Amino acid sequence: MKLPEGWEAVLGLEVHAELLTRTKLFSASPNRFGGEPNTHIDPVSLGLPGTLPVVNLHAVELAIRVGLSLNCDVRPSTFARKNYFYPDMPKNYQISQYEDPINADGFLELPSGKRIGIVRAHLEEDTGKSTHVGGGGRIHEAGYSLIDYNRAGVPLIEIVSAPDLRSSDEAKEYVAELRAILVAIGASDGKMEEGSLRVDANISVRRIGEGLGVRCEVKNVNSLRSLGRAIDYEAQRQAKLLEEGGEVSQETHHWDEDEGKTRSLRSKEGETDYRYFLEPDLVPLAPDPEWIEEIRAALPALPAERRKQLADKASDNSEADIEADMSSIAAIVSRDQDELALAAITTEADPQLVFKHILNNLADGTGKLDATAFAELLRAEAAGDISASQTKTILGDLVADGGNAAEAIAARTSDTTGESELETLLDELIAQHSDEWQRFCEGEKKLQGFFVGQIMKATRGQADGQATAKLLAQRKKD
Amino acid sequence: MPGELMGKSAVDLAAAIRAGEISAVAAAEERLAAIVARDSEISAFTQVLNEAALEAAASIDQRVGAGEDPGPLAGVPVALKDNLCTRGIPTTCCSRILEGWKPPYEATVVSRLREAGAVAIGKTNLDEFAMGSSTENSAFGTTRNPHDLSRVPGGSSGGSAAAVAADFAPLALGSDTGGSIRQPAALCGVVGVKPTYGRVSRYGLIAFASSLDQIGPFAASVADAATLLEVIGGHDPADSTSIPKAMPSFSECLKRGVEGMRIGLVAELSDGADPDVARRVSEAADALADGGAVMEEASVPAAKFGLSAYYLIAPAEASSNLARYDGVRYGMRAEASNAVDMNIATRTAGFGEEVKRRIMLGTFALSAGYYDAYYGKALKVRTLIIRDFDRAYERFDALISPTSPTTAFEIGSRTDDPLEMYLSDVCTVPSSLAGHPAMSVPFGWGSAGSTGDADNLPVGVQVMAPALGEEAMFQVGAFLESVAP
Repeated sequence: MKLPEGWEAVLGLEVHAELLTRTKLFSASPNRFGGEPNTHIDPVSLGLPGTLPVVNLHAVELAIRVGLSLNCDVRPSTFARKNYFYPDMPKNYQISQYEDPINADGFLELPSGKRIGIVRAHLEEDTGKSTHVGGGGRIHEAGYSLIDYNRAGVPLIEIVSAPDLRSSDEAKEYVAELRAILVAIGASDGKMEEGSLRVDANISVRRIGEGLGVRCEVKNVNSLRSLGRAIDYEAQRQAKLLEEGGEVSQETHHWDEDEGKTRSLRSKEGETDYRYFLEPDLVPLAPDPEWIEEIRAALPALPAERRKQLADKASDNSEADIEADMSSIAAIVSRDQDELALAAITTEADPQLVFKHILNNLADGTGKLDATAFAELLRAEAAGDISASQTKTILGDLVADGGNAAEAIAARTSDTTGESELETLLDELIAQHSDEWQRFCEGEKKLQGFFVGQIMKATRGQADGQATAKLLAQRKKD
Repeated sequence: MPGELMGKSAVDLAAAIRAGEISAVAAAEERLAAIVARDSEISAFTQVLNEAALEAAASIDQRVGAGEDPGPLAGVPVALKDNLCTRGIPTTCCSRILEGWKPPYEATVVSRLREAGAVAIGKTNLDEFAMGSSTENSAFGTTRNPHDLSRVPGGSSGGSAAAVAADFAPLALGSDTGGSIRQPAALCGVVGVKPTYGRVSRYGLIAFASSLDQIGPFAASVADAATLLEVIGGHDPADSTSIPKAMPSFSECLKRGVEGMRIGLVAELSDGADPDVARRVSEAADALADGGAVMEEASVPAAKFGLSAYYLIAPAEASSNLARYDGVRYGMRAEASNAVDMNIATRTAGFGEEVKRRIMLGTFALSAGYYDAYYGKALKVRTLIIRDFDRAYERFDALISPTSPTTAFEIGSRTDDPLEMYLSDVCTVPSSLAGHPAMSVPFGWGSAGSTGDADNLPVGVQVMAPALGEEAMFQVGAFLESVAP
């Protein structure tokens, strides 16, 4: 959906990702999704009187990985308390980073090439989950409230972008790329549907060329699709309001997926004063520069680099324009199947065939398939020895059982679709349908379909159509 | 025979129990009998752990009988301030809001005491959440000074100070945020030590002001206090602010005397003291000089602003630390129609007046628009105080001052005037803000003010040292103890 002519959206995103640690940010309870309510808890994560937080070093390491992957300056940092009351927050303050975040001043390059500034990426603890029963699910009207503290204290990294995004598509591209990075470096599982990756969008609109407008923050977007819809809805609401001479007030909105619109939650002016101050129970984090360098050295290749590697390799091995395959390449990288693709292309498999079969036929994983067998199989298809549908079938066999391609091909083709089998089958068909065969030989072309159909029926679709047609033509001549 | 073992120091008592000469059960019974006889008028304890103490003592005796060594405090009864978490035993901070709460875990210091063979004999009274200087702010009654029942024991660790002063226990633990160990020690005539911030783990100490809180010993003698500190101190990975250093042994420095030490009498902390207190502090300075110390006047100029800074920083942290008492997870819960109203009703009914006053002060000091003028400025003062102390410690090994400007005051005499009450901490807060070790040593007796009464109330001298300077502090403290009038 488009904004009225002459308008543009200005978007900044705050992405919260749960870090893939074994335990919580400040205590030894497991960091695990789900579970019976209030079973992943301990005195510290419940904020019992007298307990103290101790920073989980693995969470710090993952935060540094995130910072390095987003080209941030990784720096000495401090923790602060963000004070506000809510029943699912055990201490009624959240330990976060405020003045000195662990990562600042980075950027993320979108696949389109545009650079989006990263203002900061800091560590903080997650809250528990409340369920307000009755009263429309609102705390003030609820008959009672249930609280699950399993999530309380789970480590989060909050990644704040600069207001560099200009459309819902760009915002989705940003989140998809960020998610791919977080997953690739093992920092997060990136599951939006489980809430391990959550996005809040700061949205404003302006007439192109003018200064920044007043923004609204939209929360509760739980998928890329919702993010796009919420941004489009909110940007259009604001543009319409402004065009009609109204004013946007700085508010927090909640995205209602079912209604397809945003609802105002509270105005920013009336918002809580968080009374941030340095967390006195923790000391500053000052990661050793050598440790940071070790973490940098151990970082895996990021999705952008892997996409480029694959695209370059494909270009070297293909006449076709690889630009057209970039979305396939991105999908392959995001599925962690780019190593297979690279290896197959390196052993002379046709890049387009590689992309096609990985995308269409290996969505459920590669099982026991190895790259050599994969490449060999695709070379057989390219040579016309087997059909695309046979490749698919044999690929299934290789995924399930492993082994080399030649044997797998032989196993399938010698069964029902080998040339000798086809000939035997045709002999039987000619004997059974001598009348039809006679008419076919005399030129009744539509009977070709009848014989091909019979052969396919007898081989349950395994026969190669081309080979069958070739055989029919040859026999007719004989 | 009641009283038979009372005369022994904690160190000697432990030695006798380890040697099998005295039974730990007998030692515990003797103290429990003293509590029964006299705590009804003093109210040092909120809870006496009769059965648990006797059980623990019996197990110490068994271990001694089996040839084991139960540790340096074998069988020594210890009283615990009721803001230290004890597993399965109510820990209340003397607040209605935590009444009956039983922690599912225990404080590191409580574990260390047990591992050293000590026997927890009871939980002692305090000003609610350690906020106060007289133990009158407890939700469970006022503790009285064993030397004069019409007077306060000081606070907030008044129950622990009174317990040692009344011989209910040879040792006690308190917590000191702005003077809550030292001031009651002075008013009750016992030794009280606030260690360097980070020396003793705060894990399991219910927080008042996290950047200032520090657990420390009460004892009848400097040597006993030093031994108790050795047991409870040292690094604890459960407290990120705990100093990663082993505790030194203090027994050597206690005998060293003060010959050649450079000791300063801090002018800014001595000026406002009552004449009797000032006289004793000046006698202490003379005694140190007689003992061979180089005694001079010292200046810590920013210390004058200590009290003002303290009463912004401590309430600010408290306003956040005490936010968790909302009726949702533990402790008191007032009935209301929804969660938010329940939070408000619970906190309104559960907190006492002084706690509410400090929560409001602290919330205000941290608020947008006021932070820089109040909390931010107080942090700057704190930095100045540290700087001025650092300068003083370039010239001096240790500093002395009065612990409290007055002797024990009458119950009720300051309760209507919070500022007057806050002034009780004027001498003790500077070291707290700096995170430095400081102790109070009994040094003679004084009258109740300018009335010229008989000298019937204890006077304490405060000994201060730079961070991790406990040895110098104990060295001076032990000397003063040996020459005290």
